[in-house]
Amino acid sequence: MNLQVNRRQFLQAGAAVTATAFGFRLEAATAAARELKIARTNQVPSVCPYCAVGCSVVIHTSGERVRNARPTVVHIEGDADSPINRGTLCSKGISLKEFVVNDRRLTKPRYRAPGASEWTDISWDQAIEKIARRIKDTRDKGFVEKDAQGRTVNRLDTLGMIGGCTDTNEINYLLGKFRFGLGILPYENQARL
Amino acid sequence: MTNGWCDIANTDVVLVMGGNPAENHPVGFRFVMEAKRKRKAKLICVDPRFNRTAAVSDTYVPLRAGTDIAFLGGLIHYAISNDLCHMDYVRVHTNASFLLREDFHFSEGHFSGWDAEKKAYDKTSWQYELDGAGYAKVDETLENPRCVYRAMKDHYSRYTPEKVAEICGCTADEFKKAAAVICSTGRAGRVGTILYALGWTHHSHSVQLIHTAAMLQLLLGNIGLPGGGVNAQRGHANIQGSTDMGAWNMLPGYLRLPRAQWQTFDSYLKATTPKPLRPNAMNYWGNTPKFATSLLKAYYGAAAKKENDFGYAWLPKLGETENQSWGFFFDRMHRKEMHGFISFGMNPVANGPNTEKMLEALANLDWLVVVENFETETAAFWNAKQLGEKFYPRYVDAKSIQTEVILLPAACFAEKDGSFVNSSRWLQWKRAAVPPPGLAKPDHEIIARIFMAVRALYEKEGGAGKEPLMTMQWNYEQPLMPSLEEVAREVNGKDAATGQQVPGFAALKDDGSTSCGNWVYSGSWTEAGNLMARRGQEDPTGLGLFPNYAWSWPANRRILYNRASNDADGKPWDPTHATIRWNGTKWTGDTPDYKADAEPHQYGAFIMLPEGVAKFFTSDLAEGPFPEHYEPMESPVKNALHPNASANPVAPVMKSSADSMGTPDKFPYVAITYRLTEHFHYWTKHVASGSELQSNFFVELPEGLAKEKGIKGGDVVRVSSARGSVEGPALVTPRMQPLKVAGKTVYHVGIPIHWGYVGRVRGPLVNNLTPSVFDPNSGTPEYKGFLVNVEKV
Repeated sequence: MNLQVNRRQFLQAGAAVTATAFGFRLEAATAAARELKIARTNQVPSVCPYCAVGCSVVIHTSGERVRNARPTVVHIEGDADSPINRGTLCSKGISLKEFVVNDRRLTKPRYRAPGASEWTDISWDQAIEKIARRIKDTRDKGFVEKDAQGRTVNRLDTLGMIGGCTDTNEINYLLGKFRFGLGILPYENQARL
Repeated sequence: MTNGWCDIANTDVVLVMGGNPAENHPVGFRFVMEAKRKRKAKLICVDPRFNRTAAVSDTYVPLRAGTDIAFLGGLIHYAISNDLCHMDYVRVHTNASFLLREDFHFSEGHFSGWDAEKKAYDKTSWQYELDGAGYAKVDETLENPRCVYRAMKDHYSRYTPEKVAEICGCTADEFKKAAAVICSTGRAGRVGTILYALGWTHHSHSVQLIHTAAMLQLLLGNIGLPGGGVNAQRGHANIQGSTDMGAWNMLPGYLRLPRAQWQTFDSYLKATTPKPLRPNAMNYWGNTPKFATSLLKAYYGAAAKKENDFGYAWLPKLGETENQSWGFFFDRMHRKEMHGFISFGMNPVANGPNTEKMLEALANLDWLVVVENFETETAAFWNAKQLGEKFYPRYVDAKSIQTEVILLPAACFAEKDGSFVNSSRWLQWKRAAVPPPGLAKPDHEIIARIFMAVRALYEKEGGAGKEPLMTMQWNYEQPLMPSLEEVAREVNGKDAATGQQVPGFAALKDDGSTSCGNWVYSGSWTEAGNLMARRGQEDPTGLGLFPNYAWSWPANRRILYNRASNDADGKPWDPTHATIRWNGTKWTGDTPDYKADAEPHQYGAFIMLPEGVAKFFTSDLAEGPFPEHYEPMESPVKNALHPNASANPVAPVMKSSADSMGTPDKFPYVAITYRLTEHFHYWTKHVASGSELQSNFFVELPEGLAKEKGIKGGDVVRVSSARGSVEGPALVTPRMQPLKVAGKTVYHVGIPIHWGYVGRVRGPLVNNLTPSVFDPNSGTPEYKGFLVNVEKV
């Protein structure tokens, strides 16, 4: 894979289009501006998380080599190598960077106690400990090893789980092992709706 | 999709129905426009609303929401009665010639086997007549009145253009005009495709609706060909993948969940492995024991042995007829029969039918864990009374809700590796570009940490069901954060003796010598590496198959059922346009959906099915072997074909204290929900640009209805159903024309989704209005075609 070369070729091809009604080559100017914006970025192949067309995108990041900084996404564009979207994106996909770099993103675990009307902070360790305890207590009470007819059923239906639409195949597979390990039967996904 | 996005460019006719790709799948829609430009393809759009797909169509036909089976049944009747079927295809590749049992019949809206008291079917009569060897009897002449073709012809003889017009609300001429174009593909050398989305799945009869579409495409000879097929556009980046992975209550790879009556692995396999119904049926599902054994080996590793049924007993068992899908378990949660719930990147409050019921159900839990990118309506459900303003009048204050909630920040798509499956069934690998913000973590670390912590508690304290929990194999190099590459290799499967990745599912065994986490993905990560990350640009067939770009399940096959693109002798129906070709010794082109070196007459073309051919008639579905028009559960009219069996007799309707159904005297208008092109689902209300482009919730009203009610564009209106209400400014348009149905004028009301009580922009949740009514096969709720009233506020 050579994203860099392919993308440049794509831009050159775009720039080769004839002059516009403005009397000059707008495409060339646009291409040059994009070159500046993404100069010296890292480029990572990804896939748009919205609808199921499956447009390939190139995520441009910077900051990997800067001391005391976290790498950040600076630009996301359609991948010209994709036979599906051929470098294009829709109005939602074109603003994907705003989805990733977004001040509304959750950045720390939150806790809401029974009856409370506010969130409070909780550490990861405390959160995992509380969740594990809740799962165990619920499962110890609700796990059914044998049904009324004495048949082995190893099931749990007092605890439910639901998965989302951008869970990758690998996450779905791990969720499956988690769920079957615990014996959970109420198990759903966005795919149903 | 049977085919794929790039393949749409190969078609001559596109029927878009139950979807609006111009607005909701705009990049994929380019292939429709390419077909129009390059092949002079015709685009037919059938929808209650003149949307932007309709705006560029050659023919637009309005129809009443929820009457699609009547329209498609009308097309079946039109094709048969006008001699427009591709009969050579039908004879070779379908069960048209199979004979049905003598006791099969249909009358007054019910098929044989209906028990009016139990409101359930006994399916015994929905079968073929079998010979002594257990094979279905056939009549190749199609003259026997009990053959499937004749039974189908009779069944749809009631669906005349006039009857279609009476039910759907279009005119008979509009129907016939569209039918002539659609059925023009019923011959060799011309092909048509069907694109659908949630406008077809959001019904109490949705699976039968898609069955009708498949029947039509089979009659026209359009399955297996480039430019053909029945194509679900799917609405999210990886719901195809979660479906493949069994996330909707199956085992991975479409293997069925065990049930209590199947106590041994052998009895499970006997019950779920089909037997061939014709001598030449390959019956590929006959390999179920290989797929299931390899899955148990992936789950339980060395602990899975032949002597212990490969650990089958450890898997949870459903009750004999138990259904644990959405509608049923949220109903149980509402009845306080569930105590804990974990939501991984899903927002059930916004997504589920009858929002107030969802809120009440979550308030009945002891604890809730939400793993998300943004705070959602589900995470903040306990604050709905305050945030949701007046829409939940019966809901309680936060202080009376005793549910403990933990909200965990998760990485988004750009911050984690892994594969997505698009609607073309292409698995595309993505790489993490940046670390997640703040303390957020990738999902696989969150799952693993919780799982390990629970196991540590059982290790220390013991407890119920310890063995199945501790035996589930989790031997990753980093158990607290398994690499997704390692997981993907496990999913592909390997040979225990050599330790090598298997090349594909054909190598899987039923003796425990292979493991595989999902047989349909076997071949995605072989000894050649990660094929999902491939970026090859070659297109040797010129058909847009791109065999070296990403990896397509199954077996990198790009067009399903492609053997059917050829006749019985292996000659392509259209030699200029062939998916696969028989060269005398093997099949070339796409990965054949057939044995690669089997001569054309050896097997039937539909290798997965016990019949060996495609099915018009099937006993697989809940409400009958042929699709029948049933009204939505809430409808302004009675069923014009059989008023005493108006709606789907076996569709589940929930009856909790929060559920109620409306009648047309109080709720006279038909509501549909839809998406806007500027927003993605309930996510982009957190994103600035989408929120600026479409900041406000609105209600789309037809001009005639607005005039009757004295409502002008911009006036605030309240839309109410038997469940709840929404309020917003009216957008008065001519896009939904009033329809004449059974002498009545029927108006539609259009309500966009996308808003909620948490976000950069906020507005009412459309599911305040929708009913807890579900398709009996898929468990999908009825979001299109429920009843509402409209008032000016």
